[in-house]
Amino acid sequence: MKAGTHARLVCTWLIAASFFPGAVRALGAQTGRPIVVATKPFAESFILGEMFARLLEARGFAVERRPGLGATQIAFDALRQGDIDVYPEYTGTGLLAILGEDPPPTGREAYRRVAEAFRARWGVRWLPPLGFENTYAIAVRPSTADSLDLSTLSDLAREGGGLIAGLSPDFIGRADGLPGLRAEYGFEPREVRALLQAVKYQALEAAEVDVIDGYGTDGQIARYGFTVLRDNREFFPPYDAAALVGSSLAEERPAALAALTELSGRLDEVTMRELNRRVEVDGEDVGAVAHDALSVLGLVGPGGEVESGSVARDGSLLAYLWSRRAETAEQVRRHLLLVALSMIAGILVAVPLALLLERVRAAAEGTIRAVGLLQTIPSIALLAFMIPFLGIGVAPAVAALFLYSLLPMVRNTYTGVRDADPAAVASARALGMTELQLLRYVRLPLAAPVIMAGVRTAAVINVGTATLAAFIGAGGLGDPIVAGLALSNTRMILSGAIPAAALALLVDGALSVTERSVTPRGLG
Amino acid sequence: MVETTAALEAHDVSKRYGDTPALAGVSLTVATGSCVALVGESGSGKTTLLRCFNRMVEPDSGSVLVGGTDVSARDTGGLRRSLGYVQQDAGLLPHWNVLRNAAMVPWLRGRTEANAVASRAMDMVGLPVEYFGDRWPRELSGGQRQRAAFARALADEPGTLLLDEPFGALDAITRVEVRRAFVRLRDEIRITVLLVTHDLREAFELADDVAVMRAGEIEQVASPADLRGTPATPYVRELLEKAGVA
Repeated sequence: MKAGTHARLVCTWLIAASFFPGAVRALGAQTGRPIVVATKPFAESFILGEMFARLLEARGFAVERRPGLGATQIAFDALRQGDIDVYPEYTGTGLLAILGEDPPPTGREAYRRVAEAFRARWGVRWLPPLGFENTYAIAVRPSTADSLDLSTLSDLAREGGGLIAGLSPDFIGRADGLPGLRAEYGFEPREVRALLQAVKYQALEAAEVDVIDGYGTDGQIARYGFTVLRDNREFFPPYDAAALVGSSLAEERPAALAALTELSGRLDEVTMRELNRRVEVDGEDVGAVAHDALSVLGLVGPGGEVESGSVARDGSLLAYLWSRRAETAEQVRRHLLLVALSMIAGILVAVPLALLLERVRAAAEGTIRAVGLLQTIPSIALLAFMIPFLGIGVAPAVAALFLYSLLPMVRNTYTGVRDADPAAVASARALGMTELQLLRYVRLPLAAPVIMAGVRTAAVINVGTATLAAFIGAGGLGDPIVAGLALSNTRMILSGAIPAAALALLVDGALSVTERSVTPRGLG
Repeated sequence: MVETTAALEAHDVSKRYGDTPALAGVSLTVATGSCVALVGESGSGKTTLLRCFNRMVEPDSGSVLVGGTDVSARDTGGLRRSLGYVQQDAGLLPHWNVLRNAAMVPWLRGRTEANAVASRAMDMVGLPVEYFGDRWPRELSGGQRQRAAFARALADEPGTLLLDEPFGALDAITRVEVRRAFVRLRDEIRITVLLVTHDLREAFELADDVAVMRAGEIEQVASPADLRGTPATPYVRELLEKAGVA
């Protein structure tokens, strides 16, 4: 069978790798391009991605990390297009979110279907699953489980009438959530409260609610020691975690594939839950946790560099910010690059376009409205739209920021030039200024402060929006924000948010000085 | 010496804005050195006619001559720079100081002595350059701004001034002051003037001849004395009576 062939191939490589590590290294080094390892923006994905990256590095491959890519669609589009080479994904997500198919009953069947479909359609490979499943998990307090003798969802349904459920809004709505539980198990809680992820666990701990939905490998479930009830009818779709590998890596670098496959079947739910807990609850550094996990599995040497991640939660915020100054400086530099490139392009397009519209006023309203429509596209959606054309990274981010910068600059330039002191314009024209001279000596100087105000608005918006560019791998101050959100690490979020806010104020201040300096003397 | 060429001529000029006729076959001659006032109610076509001379308005038919040359044959920039122009709200460039405003036309024409001629014009209108030259327009009173606009119109020593309600926006006292300056100016330099005004008293005081316009046509052109003596139409008589100059 297919799975058998696969396993044999894997074994061959594992054997080859263990006997000839040098040979594997040589193969890895052969093609110089670094392998791009990405993750989605949540803790488990960060940990798995970091494990992939460190494993590849240990086998001699150069690796480039792109953590926290937007969400499934962004990460998968980037993989399909070859912008990234590998990221951790779940079979259930592959089926439901990417293929749009109903999940089959068993994990094995789900894996077989995604593996075949992805390979046939896009040449994308699902490596053999890592060994744990991360589907929905219904959890109760251990005391509730004991007193009501609950161990399965059927047990829960039996006692449902007396229990209060605290569920995420998402779970309450989706077919494989509460409606399905009702239909499959007949689970009818006494009351359902919609609770956000962040407060659900505390609510259960405080006995505000009796039952919650979580994830199988949830670090928070491990933290509180809640009891997860068994899905005895296998109602929840299988969400086996696996490395999803892009076609070019799969075809051209079998050694890298072999290295990644070393993780297949090695992580169970208990292990993953513990790793998540260390990152989400204890605030340990993702790199350190990933390294430990690999070394426990004997996949990397026990020593190696392990960063001290403890500053993340201990010590003052200032000390933490200070400890990250080098990274922050680099992120600020990248952030400013994104803003500067998009603003230069924006000015070069917006100002001439607005001057043209001032000459052809019939077209002005419609054009400005069309440019305004761009503004209404949610940032994350606009960033995602760019991927098919520009891939991930700086180019699509700059393109999206460029589009956002247009409206304030086109509108201000157009109205500034159009409304420049009508009496002055009329008299200068009547005394023989040509239209070009009017533009140069009258309209533009008088409109300059208004134009600069548009530039200033656009720049401040761009500094803010550029933080979202982290979702498509463009870097900048959004990186720690995205990672911090994923890891529930407030300090990390602040280490991006504070400099971003400061940068916005600084840019605003600098441009307001410029605005004053371009205001002709004699005005106001 | 008797002037033989007319400074400004309009022959059978018509202009429509959509369905509305603004000028319906108007003819007018302004002799060199004379001052002709165009009077009439709002919408009678007086400003439209004035603007035909510097091609701010292009007539639909008829011909317009400046200094004997058809204006349609001339480059608009050059034509306009050769004619002084003052409008109701001075229209000084707010970001240029008064001297630079006054020097605009000679500067546009590339004259190296632009500032010198502008200073002379400022002196002429009673705004000595040493006090007013580096002021900003917003620092001047309404009357001073209007005089600066006259200085700007005169600086390049044009033979003809086109004035579109130049005293219209001023308060009564300032108006008298600026008008006096204008009269003194005409004593000093021989210049042809076409003046648009809705104020008949003003027209009678300043102009050699007054053209009464109504609905895009000229009802009568005559000296103030002749207008008083023999108004050509009941409308002209009525207009004079209403203005109290009959």
